[in-house]
Amino acid sequence: MAIRDLKDLNDIQIDVLKEIGNIGSGNAATSLSSMLMRPVGLEVPHISILDYNAVVEALGGPETMMVGLMLFMEGDVKGMIMFLLQKNFAHMTLSSLLGESFKDFGEEDDLANSALTEVGNIMAGSFVNAIATLTGLNISISVPDICIDMCGAILSVPAIHFADISDRIILIQDQFNSDDASATSHVLLMPDVDSLAKIMTNLGIEI
Amino acid sequence: MSKTVTVGISDLNIVKSPDILVTYALGSCVGICLYDPMLKLAGLSHIMLPSSRLAPDLNQPMKFADTAIPMLIKRMEAMGGRPVRFKAKIAGGAQMFAAMSNASLANIGTRNVQAVKEALNRLRIPIIAEDTGKNYGRTLYFTAEDGMMRIKSVNKGEWIW
Repeated sequence: MAIRDLKDLNDIQIDVLKEIGNIGSGNAATSLSSMLMRPVGLEVPHISILDYNAVVEALGGPETMMVGLMLFMEGDVKGMIMFLLQKNFAHMTLSSLLGESFKDFGEEDDLANSALTEVGNIMAGSFVNAIATLTGLNISISVPDICIDMCGAILSVPAIHFADISDRIILIQDQFNSDDASATSHVLLMPDVDSLAKIMTNLGIEI
Repeated sequence: MSKTVTVGISDLNIVKSPDILVTYALGSCVGICLYDPMLKLAGLSHIMLPSSRLAPDLNQPMKFADTAIPMLIKRMEAMGGRPVRFKAKIAGGAQMFAAMSNASLANIGTRNVQAVKEALNRLRIPIIAEDTGKNYGRTLYFTAEDGMMRIKSVNKGEWIW
């Protein structure tokens, strides 16, 4: 049966996506560690396939403030990646990179924005590399675009983009620990339906 | 005591005074408030996309501007509302990401606002207040007692329309 929607995935296919999420999260922790120049540990990632409303709830409700970074995958696999970083994540990365603490949302300047965008770029690279390495497919990513606002408003963008395809998305929740600080990030993977089938086929999974 | 009723994404609802409607974190979506001042009847619709013709999804008429607005009007009529008395206030349609590489996504907020205006115009419902566009999320409260629309943003302030 063709995959038209993430709803159509069977257990094996879901496990494959979870494994991609695990490997991507591991890569992301490594990249983060070299970027921040200190050890970064990773808790066991929490990966689920949810609809938009459930994602908004999982993120703490529509009015929760977050840093949103949006990128597009291009090449053999097309689709969108979105990172949603909580305040503790912004604080951890900015204090390491710029030596300034991140007090609250609304305080960030261009430098902080560009540092956070770079973090998104590197982390997206980690996830995309996980897919590319496992499948042998060529994938490139666009420059991230940043938005700091209520997560419901940020999520309206992918929700609209994928409205006529699917209301399900792959949500990967990671908790990174470094020294005494911990930081939470959420990654939303939204491959196009054709790309999802391509990923499965290249991994030798029946579709 | 007034009760607050939440309208989700691709959703609509109607309340009577003294109740309040709320829809959280409008981004590129648009919130449409319709008010019948005589009955103190308030309706709110939260649409995601301009037109059902682009992606016909017959199960979700509340998702599109061109199908959600007539549906909201019909529901308000069923509660005694008269479209000739209706006034509209609209909010949302922001461009959340600045330098969006995807052009069709970049102006979706503007297209949503445009589609809402066209739909209301077709039905001859005047828009008496508008807080649309720009680049931030909005939470919308709509009070049935007086037809007031209150917009709350996170760092940009709060407005009453």
